Amino acid sequence: MRKGAHVRTRLVTLLLALIAALLAIPGTAAADAQGGESVWGQIRNPDSDDEGVEGVDIAVSQEGEEIGSATTDADGNWEVEVPEPGTYQVVLDEETVPEEFDLLQVPAGAERDVEVRADQRFAVVYRLVPQGEGDVAASPSESQEADSEDSGGSGEEDAAGSGAEEGEGVVEAPGVATGPGLANQIIGLTVAGLLFGLIIAISSVGLSLIFGTTRLINFAHGDMVTFGAVMAMIFSGTSMLTGLHEPFADVPVLGLVTNPLIVGTVLAVVCGAAVGGVLELFLWRPLRKRNVAMIQMFIVTIGVALLLRHLLLVVFGANREKYVQFRIQDMVNIGPIAITPRDLGIMVLSVLVLVAVASMLQFTRIGKAMRAVSDNRDLAESSGIDVNRVTVYVWMLGGGLSALGGVFLGLNQSVYWQMGFHLLLLMFAAVILGGLGTAYGAMVGGLVIGLVAQLSTLWFSAQLMNVWALLIMIVVLLVRPQGILGRRERVG
Amino acid sequence: MDIMMTLALSLETAIGPIAAIYVLAAIGLNMHFGYTGLLNFGQVGFMLVGAYGVAVCVTTFGLPLWVGFCVSVLCSVVLALILGIPTLRLRADYLAISTIAVAEVLRLLYRAEFARPVTGGVYGRQSFADAFYEFNDRVGIIPPGSYGIGDVDFSADELWLMLVSWACVALALGMTAMLMRSPWGRVIKGIREDEDAVRALGKDAFTYKLQSLVLGGVFGGVAGVLIALNQGNITPDQFMPQVTFYLWAMLLLGGVGTLWGPVIGPVIMWFLLTLFDETLRSLASSGALPFLATSDSGALRHALVGIALMLLIIYRPQGLVGNRKEMLVNVK
Repeated sequence: MRKGAHVRTRLVTLLLALIAALLAIPGTAAADAQGGESVWGQIRNPDSDDEGVEGVDIAVSQEGEEIGSATTDADGNWEVEVPEPGTYQVVLDEETVPEEFDLLQVPAGAERDVEVRADQRFAVVYRLVPQGEGDVAASPSESQEADSEDSGGSGEEDAAGSGAEEGEGVVEAPGVATGPGLANQIIGLTVAGLLFGLIIAISSVGLSLIFGTTRLINFAHGDMVTFGAVMAMIFSGTSMLTGLHEPFADVPVLGLVTNPLIVGTVLAVVCGAAVGGVLELFLWRPLRKRNVAMIQMFIVTIGVALLLRHLLLVVFGANREKYVQFRIQDMVNIGPIAITPRDLGIMVLSVLVLVAVASMLQFTRIGKAMRAVSDNRDLAESSGIDVNRVTVYVWMLGGGLSALGGVFLGLNQSVYWQMGFHLLLLMFAAVILGGLGTAYGAMVGGLVIGLVAQLSTLWFSAQLMNVWALLIMIVVLLVRPQGILGRRERVG
Repeated sequence: MDIMMTLALSLETAIGPIAAIYVLAAIGLNMHFGYTGLLNFGQVGFMLVGAYGVAVCVTTFGLPLWVGFCVSVLCSVVLALILGIPTLRLRADYLAISTIAVAEVLRLLYRAEFARPVTGGVYGRQSFADAFYEFNDRVGIIPPGSYGIGDVDFSADELWLMLVSWACVALALGMTAMLMRSPWGRVIKGIREDEDAVRALGKDAFTYKLQSLVLGGVFGGVAGVLIALNQGNITPDQFMPQVTFYLWAMLLLGGVGTLWGPVIGPVIMWFLLTLFDETLRSLASSGALPFLATSDSGALRHALVGIALMLLIIYRPQGLVGNRKEMLVNVK
């Protein structure tokens, strides 16, 4: 009875807090027009994504009257300022396209009508292809690639359509196509949510186990995810692995197994495990020996995260990139679900890995030891378990799994230096929802968070996806701080 | 030849408005963590609502600047209450996660498309600080011109902003010093040492913690106002969680739980960071570091802050002026 009253008080507090939060954002007001509208874009060299095409002329006109024109610079960038919001016609002069390239006529040709809103920098995407391929009605795979790139934030004429809109804190919706109709949309988003949830689950099992065994909340876990994705990208681009792939390219099974990305993923997972092990051996264990308090350790993880993230930024650069392999794919239909083989593969592999981890925890000696240490470190130690050895294994497991999660996330979306950090808060939400310190809780929590994030886009803007996930986390902390699968006494 | 210029530039940053802003926010953080033991990783959220309070009031609603300032302070108080009432009962590490989550949620909300008519979405708000500088022109506290010694010099506008920001810092410092000597301060410090003991003595620890959160949050909010005034334009994406981590590094460098720690830390840190930045840039542009692009210096600076954070907390948790014993007794 008393407990119920307590929960109610907290719920009321929460409601009040939410109302106050709504009030804190002042009401709406008319948008002020401050000028600054423009139309811009970048024309990239189809042979290499990094280079632009110089000297292409683009003219912008309104109702037959030319407003302005621009010529792409050395990086392929162009921009035309327009005087006011409205509808404009953008025309690319095909004469100025270098001879070795053609303009891709799909999904639209050289002339586009665009609607520019107040204060908007409207991105218009023109794609060039090697000569002779432009007029051909693009094969399904090609248009598929164009689609997936657009959803990856390169700014085709979408409603939000601005360069600044890309990235910065928004993990995008995984690219699973949705048909028309609410039912199809729900099915599509559920699949996307499951996919996203599985990725979160894989990445956060380690986070939860590490907390269980060492009581450490590892802020650097997100950057270990990025590390895995970047490593896989580096490995899969090396000439050694592509060389390895070549003789087997046409052999059915071997061709897939020796695919540079798959070999690169395996190597990345090994590297991730190594990083986890090294961190435990050379940082956390000495710190524990020095009796550094938990809070201090927590701040150290933030230091590690900053260091790792920005080293990755220097190595990898600030761009978003996609893996070259498995990029162009046709949808396959399974009943009402349309999904690319790539995403299907990710889902199947994720489930297999999660089942493998679960059986490892359930049935093997080391798995049982991990759970024992996670439950009660002192008791485990006194019953003869080598706690330090188990902790190293837990860190290696966590590092490897987070690297794998990173590759999957990179495959599904794109690889960039902050991808892991943006995932980190969702991983926290997952492990807290499931119960900190329990591996199975992280799996359940990950799935729930992924589904919630995706399904929320049915009613709310995709920009707010993470907000819902984080709000769930805060509500769980208030109502049931031990999480779905946690035990009550664990939380003080 | 550039050494003097680099040093002068570093010194300018160290005593300039940006350092003062960080000092103010760090004083707030010190109130939270140093005195009360609250692991607040969402200080940047207070700065965000502070900055937007002014910007939105002036640009969207056309209100005068001082009203905006009041709204900023009010927003910080409201945020502290929203943040504190549910989360202050949680264990320290949960508090840390939820504060960082709330700060991030705020940033996402302010940059969201639906908030665009009010907050300007991803583009933020511009040109709202004019009234602040016009006030100086009209009253003539700092006459126009350039002030400085040697290579270190400031314009009248900069000096005016510096005057205001360091005055805010002095006010906050004075308030902290007096509060910490009062019975209120003793209870606050008692909560840091042993919350249960304080509760056993009949004090309502939760209310005290909430008061501390509000006070430190208001300092953060005022720092946000000063950021807005300093830049004249703000976007949500400059309020990334990294700002909070910077503040932590600066506070730890100066000394947690001391009066002067949060002042010394940011000043020294900004001096060193600018020195590092400028040196690296001049080295890179002269071609001495062929493997580095000039644009990498920002990333390397962040990495350096990460290393500083680790080394400080491991080897000198009390910072430059702190007392080791005070830092070691800690919330478990």
